[in-house]
Amino acid sequence: MNSFSYTRADDVATALREVAADGAAKFIAGGTNLIDLMKENVERPSRLIDITRLTLGGIRPRSDGGLRLGALATNTDVAYHKEIERRYPLLSKAILAGASPQLRNMATVGGNLLQRTRCCYFYDTATPCNKRTPGVGCSAIAGFNRAHAILGTSAACIASHPSDMCVALAALEAVVRVTGSVGERVVPFAAFHRLPGDTPNIDTNLQADEIITGVDLPARGFAEHHAYLKIRDRASYAFALVSVAAALEMDGNTITEARLALGGVAHKPWRDPQTETMLHGQSATRENFKRVAEALLRDAKGFGRNRFKIELAKLAIVRALSQASFKEAHS
Amino acid sequence: MNSKPKADAATKATVSLPTKNGITLKVNGAVKQIEIAPWTTLLDALREHLGLTGTKKGCDHGQCGACTVLVNGKRITSCLTLAIMHDGAEVTTIEGLAEGEVLHPLQKAFVEHDAFQCGYCTPGQICSAVGLLREGKAKSPEDIRELMSGNICRCGAYANIVAAIEQVSRMGERGDEE
Amino acid sequence: MRTEHIGKPISRVDGRAKVTGAAKYAAEYNVPGLVYGVVVSSAIAKGRITRIDVAEALRLPGVLQVFTHENSPLLAQSDNSYSDEVAPPGSPFRPLHDGEIRYSAQPVALVVADTFELAHYAASLVRIGYERDAHATNLNEERERAYQPRPREFIPPPESRGNAEKAFAEAIVRLEEEYSAPIEHHNPMEPFATTVLREENGRLLVYDKTQGVQNVQNYLCNVFGYSKGDLRVLSPFVGGAFGAGLRPVYQVFLAVLAARELKRSVRVSLMRQQMFTFTHRPAIWQRVALGAAPDGTLEAITHKAIAETSQFEDYSETVVNWSGLLYRCDNVELSHTVVKLDLHTPGDMRAPGAVWGLHALECAMDELAFKVGIDPIELRLKNYAERDQNEGKPFSSKELRACYRLGAEKFGWARRNPQPRSMREGNVLIGWGMAGGVWEAFHITADAKATLTADGRLTVSSATADIGTGTYTIMTQIAAEMLGLPIEDVTFKLGDSSLSKSPVEGGSFTASTVGSAVKAVCEKIRKKLFQLARKIDGSPLANTKLDNVRFVDGQIRSHNDSSRAVSLIEAMRHGGLSAIEEKASAGPTPEQMQYSRFAHSAVFTEVRIDEDLGTIRVMRVVGAVAAGRILNPKTARSQVLGAIVMGIGTALEEESVIDHTFGRIMTHNLADYHVPVNADVHDIEVIFVQEQDEAVNPLGAKGLGEIGIVGVAAAIANAVFHATGKRIRDLPITLDKLL
Repeated sequence: MNSFSYTRADDVATALREVAADGAAKFIAGGTNLIDLMKENVERPSRLIDITRLTLGGIRPRSDGGLRLGALATNTDVAYHKEIERRYPLLSKAILAGASPQLRNMATVGGNLLQRTRCCYFYDTATPCNKRTPGVGCSAIAGFNRAHAILGTSAACIASHPSDMCVALAALEAVVRVTGSVGERVVPFAAFHRLPGDTPNIDTNLQADEIITGVDLPARGFAEHHAYLKIRDRASYAFALVSVAAALEMDGNTITEARLALGGVAHKPWRDPQTETMLHGQSATRENFKRVAEALLRDAKGFGRNRFKIELAKLAIVRALSQASFKEAHS
Repeated sequence: MNSKPKADAATKATVSLPTKNGITLKVNGAVKQIEIAPWTTLLDALREHLGLTGTKKGCDHGQCGACTVLVNGKRITSCLTLAIMHDGAEVTTIEGLAEGEVLHPLQKAFVEHDAFQCGYCTPGQICSAVGLLREGKAKSPEDIRELMSGNICRCGAYANIVAAIEQVSRMGERGDEE
Repeated sequence: MRTEHIGKPISRVDGRAKVTGAAKYAAEYNVPGLVYGVVVSSAIAKGRITRIDVAEALRLPGVLQVFTHENSPLLAQSDNSYSDEVAPPGSPFRPLHDGEIRYSAQPVALVVADTFELAHYAASLVRIGYERDAHATNLNEERERAYQPRPREFIPPPESRGNAEKAFAEAIVRLEEEYSAPIEHHNPMEPFATTVLREENGRLLVYDKTQGVQNVQNYLCNVFGYSKGDLRVLSPFVGGAFGAGLRPVYQVFLAVLAARELKRSVRVSLMRQQMFTFTHRPAIWQRVALGAAPDGTLEAITHKAIAETSQFEDYSETVVNWSGLLYRCDNVELSHTVVKLDLHTPGDMRAPGAVWGLHALECAMDELAFKVGIDPIELRLKNYAERDQNEGKPFSSKELRACYRLGAEKFGWARRNPQPRSMREGNVLIGWGMAGGVWEAFHITADAKATLTADGRLTVSSATADIGTGTYTIMTQIAAEMLGLPIEDVTFKLGDSSLSKSPVEGGSFTASTVGSAVKAVCEKIRKKLFQLARKIDGSPLANTKLDNVRFVDGQIRSHNDSSRAVSLIEAMRHGGLSAIEEKASAGPTPEQMQYSRFAHSAVFTEVRIDEDLGTIRVMRVVGAVAAGRILNPKTARSQVLGAIVMGIGTALEEESVIDHTFGRIMTHNLADYHVPVNADVHDIEVIFVQEQDEAVNPLGAKGLGEIGIVGVAAAIANAVFHATGKRIRDLPITLDKLL
């Protein structure tokens, strides 16, 4: 770790003031990703602003029937919250598919949104990486890219987003609440994370002087028809090769609404709402699921060792949709 | 040896290193005050500052679970958190589980079931198991396996670890040492 | 033989220390004034350092020194001085010796500072310029450069017999396949670390993570010119090693260098990433050709292996010889060659050579069984080797048939439908596979010392190690058995270079090697006690011979009349002795050497594979092991369980991936290098087959550290075939290979 100073913020305004005063300052909460990266000399903040004592925890009902997840609510708080388990089991399952109980006890909602890619070149300062140092080149494109993206990649970066929780939040169309020096704003989940383009060093649309205060879950939780399927190289405690959050509204065997979010395949949780509408009004059959899977992956591009993900993602989508279409069949 | 010229004292003084702060931790029931720089992890604070080497450093990156301790009753990986952030917290380590000479039921069960070989992951496994039982989410051996997957045992004692935890779980011992 | 302690499932004698956190490992000796060293690793794979700028690091208050090749002191010059008990032929790597880069992430500097954090930060400020040379790290692209390695001690070069080429050409059934496997890393949970405590008089106490304290002591004394009286190596607890700690690892060199130059106590711990920067199980390519009669009788076996080694040493291991040993066949062609790559020298990792060689052989046997349409066990029984044809010797014992039979019974093998894809539940394909295993039952020479004090307490010692294998426990049992003492009255000491001479702890030879020495030294004490007991006036044992007494319950008792007894304490008191101290050495006898000595196993596995997604779960494993006498069924079972778990890793998960553009291992952490987690492991059963063996060594025990892993990868690969109809011949079998 580099040398840094430490302060503890007691309120959001102070936290914002302090982060604005120092361009290289960072907030720290759970620390599970930031400290990891600091030990690798990938993150080198000049100052850490401890926000764990801000009153941004908790999970509260919203007037529109949804729930608000405090930015500092831990993954465990959210996953095992009674209302989340009952109304948003997709989110609960996605969180429990990630990391380990110890890490989930530390990691926060806000931190999960901001976690950085697990690309092995990003982590290893002995190799070039555009995300770390823009312009030096991407080692992963012609390198060891088993874990890397197949959708929305750019010539500059093929890193994938590692979160499970965010895949469920994308499917649920959560809203990220942020506060900055100019006040509060809300960011639709789909607009929060970015594709790499030619600025792969920028992961999200959160501004440097902003803080995440919470995530709002809309009233609809797809509790009846949902599935979170995570495929990885061992049974637990591993990042997704491909994950799928599927959420359906059904009328009998007819799908009235479908949401599909993919993890492990892009620089952000991958949604394609236009393609999802292919399922609207369709019956829940394997053929229909295959068609939407094919369409979702039509632009996918492999890079050698991750090419298998294209086929795997299609199979996973079909499986997740099948599971979701059966009410509670997999709980 | 032909030693390199060292920087003179005047140059050294201008380099800023993190300043130490006093923090208080309640470790295994005892109040400890330590002077600590912000960059010291809770794990290193326990091992290097408090001499509590029972908590192990296996990867230092949250990828093995050897450093698992209980902070305010919850299991966490102490390598990925800064000690300074836990000013005032209660920390339970492997050294705090036995009551004098009487082992915690999990410690006893780990010995009986031979739930370790080299012993290096063991303190983390046991602290993790205390957290697991307290959480009350594991209803089956399959649940135990999943919820203990954050603790890697390279000696491969998993079957015995699950057996030991199951036995204590059946006894109704919630893993609370209080 | 009726025993009180040997063969009993007692709990580990060091168990309490391990579950309370009291057991101290190499990085856990704290003294005031201790300073910390952090290693800087090279960013390139081959070339040289053109510039190394340490000024910025040294400017930090509290940074004491940055050791590099530029300021490293003059040390021993000959390769011999850097060699060690386990070193293969060649020029051992010398840390900070020169500016040459021989492999990616080799140590290039050691930053020493007052605190760990400061040293770590300062290490990031060391600026290094490199001149790069072209490197070669891809075994598959370099295979034609393979050559015969210089032979290594204990590794017999493969010898062919008959005419395999001709016999293969003439065989009615022919099978020829290639198998490959990647580099694996041991990844014990404890990172390599050394704490050097410097005493006032300059003597060094070196707490090191090692499998051989005396091996490390010899190395350090040779390299740095210390006398053995001035440098003692200690390693009472080792947090796993699996072979990684057989040779001195570079952090011990660096820690001693820093302690010597700075005259301070120093700790150097490697980061987990640096656990991928020294020894490893080598990547390998193999071809197996089997020629057989239509009934499966083997007529020709060809087994060729090409593995990697470094530019500076010729590492080899026993990969192909097993193919001339396990089955009866008169035409066998074996070859093992290596390719020099720009990587660190590989080394022994749990069942070195056998894990790879038997993966190939036992998969090929499964393929042959399928081809000729007979059961895989039947094929193995048909070709059962009653003698070691490699050596032309009889086996000291070989209960492999019983392993097949009892393993199959426990597993329910008879219910197996031989057709691939014939067993399924919904979209889950079920596969059952089996394989056989074999591993050396080495016995080499070791010494032990024993002291019995007047209070009836016995201390036995030898400079071996307990890396989780249970050495403390089984040696305590052997000694307690020999003298008829309760376990609590016996202490076994190890992990200290000042103790009696012992080889490194490895090769599954510790139980037999150190155990025989412990037995021998206890026999000396028995003899002395017996003499004392007979000399007592009116001794009830006056007319008895040593052969006719038992040592039990703290007494020497007549076999025939248990009321005729003298307690050990009484014997010593009458003899006026406060202590009896004996030393003994034990090694293999010429009689033992007349036999071929091996442990055997049969492994049965059930896999469940998602037909669509390719995810594989190993739901059941039965491992049946014939390893002679089982000294402690509890710790023995744990060793085999653990080996099976590591075998699951080998089969399905473990791979150190090199990016050949950089010549660098990119999976250098425990998130990218997958080892099995708890959720990967389901039902595992271990069976120890009865095996009486008076010839193998004085204890009749064959050692268990390695036999458990041999055959696991093949058994799983064969089960995957049975489930899916697909032969995946390159490890690990990840889901993408099944899609």
